[in-house]
Amino acid sequence: MLRLLNIEFQKLRYNKAAKVITITYFVLITFIALIASIEFNFGGVKFRIADQGIFNFPYIWHFNTYIAAWAKLFLAIVIVSMMANEYSHRTLKQNLIDGLSKKEFIGSKFLTVIVFSILSTIFLIIVSMILGVSFSDYNEFSIIVSDLEYVLAYFVKLVGFFAFCMFLGIFVKRSAFALGFLFIWWIVENIIYALLKFKVFKGSTIAESIVQFFPLESMSNLIKEPFTRLNFIQSAANQLGENFQKDYTVHWYGIVIVLVWTVIFVYLSHLLLKKRDL
Amino acid sequence: MENILTLHNLTKKFGPITAVNDLSFTIKKGNVYGILGPNGSGKSTTLGIVLNVVNETSGSFTWFDGNTSTHDALKKVGAIIERPNFYPYMTAAQNLKLVCQIKGVTSEKIEEKLEIVGLLERKDSKFRTFSLGMKQRLAIASALLNDPEILILDEPTNGLDPQGIHQIREIIKKIAAQGTTILLASHLLDEVEKVCSHVVIIRKGIKLYSGRVDEMNASFGFFELKSNQNSVLKDWLTKHDGFKSHKEEDGKIIAFLAQELDAENLNRQLYTEGIVLTHLVKRKESLEEQFLQLTNNLN
Repeated sequence: MLRLLNIEFQKLRYNKAAKVITITYFVLITFIALIASIEFNFGGVKFRIADQGIFNFPYIWHFNTYIAAWAKLFLAIVIVSMMANEYSHRTLKQNLIDGLSKKEFIGSKFLTVIVFSILSTIFLIIVSMILGVSFSDYNEFSIIVSDLEYVLAYFVKLVGFFAFCMFLGIFVKRSAFALGFLFIWWIVENIIYALLKFKVFKGSTIAESIVQFFPLESMSNLIKEPFTRLNFIQSAANQLGENFQKDYTVHWYGIVIVLVWTVIFVYLSHLLLKKRDL
Repeated sequence: MENILTLHNLTKKFGPITAVNDLSFTIKKGNVYGILGPNGSGKSTTLGIVLNVVNETSGSFTWFDGNTSTHDALKKVGAIIERPNFYPYMTAAQNLKLVCQIKGVTSEKIEEKLEIVGLLERKDSKFRTFSLGMKQRLAIASALLNDPEILILDEPTNGLDPQGIHQIREIIKKIAAQGTTILLASHLLDEVEKVCSHVVIIRKGIKLYSGRVDEMNASFGFFELKSNQNSVLKDWLTKHDGFKSHKEEDGKIIAFLAQELDAENLNRQLYTEGIVLTHLVKRKESLEEQFLQLTNNLN
């Protein structure tokens, strides 16, 4: 296993573009901290985002995992190109000739995906802890460790998404087209969702229960948007006569769906590689 | 002798085209093999199959008498097929280190192998800055990293300038002299003739011949004869059982032997018959003539 990781690490560490994007990605996660410094004047009242409870434990876990998950798009570029480059440099062929089995090849890529996800999660935990300890109104240990399922959901979400990128990289063979394909896939999922919701199953929740099984939708379902959960937004909404009744929890079946997709993508990648002549 | 690679009835179809058709042969340790065939005859496809990058349609192959899985066997093989493929953003040494990791060998031999192919002073240059000849030499160095039991080379001199071709051939000869089994695919006859002891000839995916280069043609060679009495000579040749056939070409009579006969003997026989020769040469068909004969027989 270590050998496979070493092989992939050797490929990535000398690739300047991959290095720059990876570093940018991790820097972006730390930039969540910058939200703390956002201040604006609201009718003479000083308004500081950090004081509105977004960094309160355990809400911070929800908020930070949601925000940090956006940065995954950067790493998606690295993952897609690390797959597609093997085709465009024709090094995949050479790797296999040199004695790497197809299983080991997929293994080394997927292990890298896992390592990236673990690193992101650890990074996020550190950033959240620092922000939380500095700004949270509640610092009791039992509160800090509650709602940690968001962190697990974040990790699963990353693994699932990167496995999808890995599959696209192998399937499309060209990084730019693979990223385009990812975008098209996202649009198609949304169109199908809109069609189901507003045409086929109008006025019912059947559409949602179908769409939750789609790969990208299932990943975004894991961590729902945290903004309407904030006190100040809820009270503002109440004044306008709106009432948000939303389920923000992480569901075990959501995690299972994403994990099943992950397995499918890894399996399909291996199948493609096995079937294809190089 | 130990078998390194055995092919059993290997067939590969690309849609309606059959690239390799029911191909069987065995590679034994210590010999230098050539796979000879015109462009598009299925050489690279055959190598692709045994190297695990092309899937066979039917048939099978075994490495080292089937004692190891294909990818483990490939760790004991050094191979370059078609163009050299490396990571352009890595240096020569970094690329070779990666190959070492894949093959599971230590990286201490990198400098030694770079020395063999004459690239030691360029080891820290990025691969993308290399010329085609240098890339090809780096590929050979990479194939040698694990001190392979067999070295597989697919058209190693393709696209190189004369100097590059010469360098590559020298390297191949050096390696062959050390006793490494070599499998060389080429459409260049002289290349195979110069380097190989055994040859497999394929055309349109079908095996035409496999065996020793010098036994390729069962013929005993031919005589080029000239005499002032050519018609008498021709009559004599027709009657003699030792000759299969003869023909006249530019005033010379080419007589093909059906059995062993040396020039001295022939000369003596003819002289006693009263035929005086003005020209007598005994020759063997060159590999090129044999190759053309073999490939033409099929049409």
